[in-house]
Amino acid sequence: MTCDQLRPSLHAYIDGSCSAEELPILEAHLRTCPQCAAEALSLSELKRITRTASSARFAPSPQFRVRLEESIAAKPPRKPLFNFAGLPTLATAAFALLLIASSAMWVRHSEREQAVAELLDLHVATLASANPVDIVSTDRHTVKPWFQGKLPFAFNIPELGNSPFKLLGGKLVYFRHSPGAQLLFTLGKHQLSVFILKDQPLIAAASTREKGFTVEAWSRSGLRYVVIGDANPADVHALSQLFESAAQ
Amino acid sequence: MPHFASLYNFACWLAQDRAVAEDLVQEAYMKALKGFPSYQQGTNFRAWIYRILHNTFLTSQTGLKTHLSLDDDDVLIEPEAGTTPESILLARAEQETVRKTLEELPLRFREVILLCDMEEMSYDEIAQTLAIPVGTVMSRLSRARRAMRSLLEAKMQGVTR
Repeated sequence: MTCDQLRPSLHAYIDGSCSAEELPILEAHLRTCPQCAAEALSLSELKRITRTASSARFAPSPQFRVRLEESIAAKPPRKPLFNFAGLPTLATAAFALLLIASSAMWVRHSEREQAVAELLDLHVATLASANPVDIVSTDRHTVKPWFQGKLPFAFNIPELGNSPFKLLGGKLVYFRHSPGAQLLFTLGKHQLSVFILKDQPLIAAASTREKGFTVEAWSRSGLRYVVIGDANPADVHALSQLFESAAQ
Repeated sequence: MPHFASLYNFACWLAQDRAVAEDLVQEAYMKALKGFPSYQQGTNFRAWIYRILHNTFLTSQTGLKTHLSLDDDDVLIEPEAGTTPESILLARAEQETVRKTLEELPLRFREVILLCDMEEMSYDEIAQTLAIPVGTVMSRLSRARRAMRSLLEAKMQGVTR
């Protein structure tokens, strides 16, 4: 098949919606056609940046959620005319109950997941970038002052002299409409990000595994520290501890 | 509340106004509550409630204004033929630039991109939500992405279109 015939299917390919018959044909073509492979890469990159920029862009306020819950709870059930007519009303009541009962837990869980996913995206995007950091330096005394005047808070970067970690630099990031710092470190061939943000209650203080990455978060003096990397959890914890010690 | 945060996010992207988005989400839940007996158990709940929100938006004042100004797909932005794929350029796009580009896209393009890339809906789900055939979803998505890439590349190269 020719490029012109296959190009329209590249969208379905990057969206994971190719038919079973079409998939092997497309994959074989992409292996041999640099133009179509570049087009697929470009579409895939567009999809990734769109998702990163649009997901959780607007978060509902807690007040709105409460207001909505109240209006759902206040909605009077329809009076059944006959016994069998009560069935839809029961279904409506069950739905309202489901909405209210699941709301707090579901929203918090969903927001927490989105917050962690957002930071993971920032970390991955940094690694993929040709210019991963804005201030390139292995010297903490150069990197820390670079953030002065850019952030509404200050933080310490630990001395790494005797540790296996190496500082690569840092950059300014925006998370949930607030500026924060992202520091990039290496550990062997692994790269780890340390995000320092004004306290974000959405990100629980915990160590978790998300999509193959270790994510460790904790709070100190009103700041939330989040370490993300594909290194093993013990190494991520070691970097976390260095920051915890430096923050004291 | 199932899909509450993502529905609100989607409503904001559609209406581009938080107050209007709150009204839309509230009305959509109320309609869902009222119409729940008509919801067919076992069918796609997410597509059902997104469709309610989408219809609510289209019939709202904001939606009518947006919709009436764009009644024909042919009016929409078309990039020049032969736009070079620039995955490296795209990889460097700032989030704010991407957001502004999305906001500038015509509604029909914006909504299909958001449902596919942000909500990660399947083509079937998008078709149910927008009440259009799957083939239209595919062709509209293809044109929407071409328009978005063209706008984004123009922005990144500092070209005012």
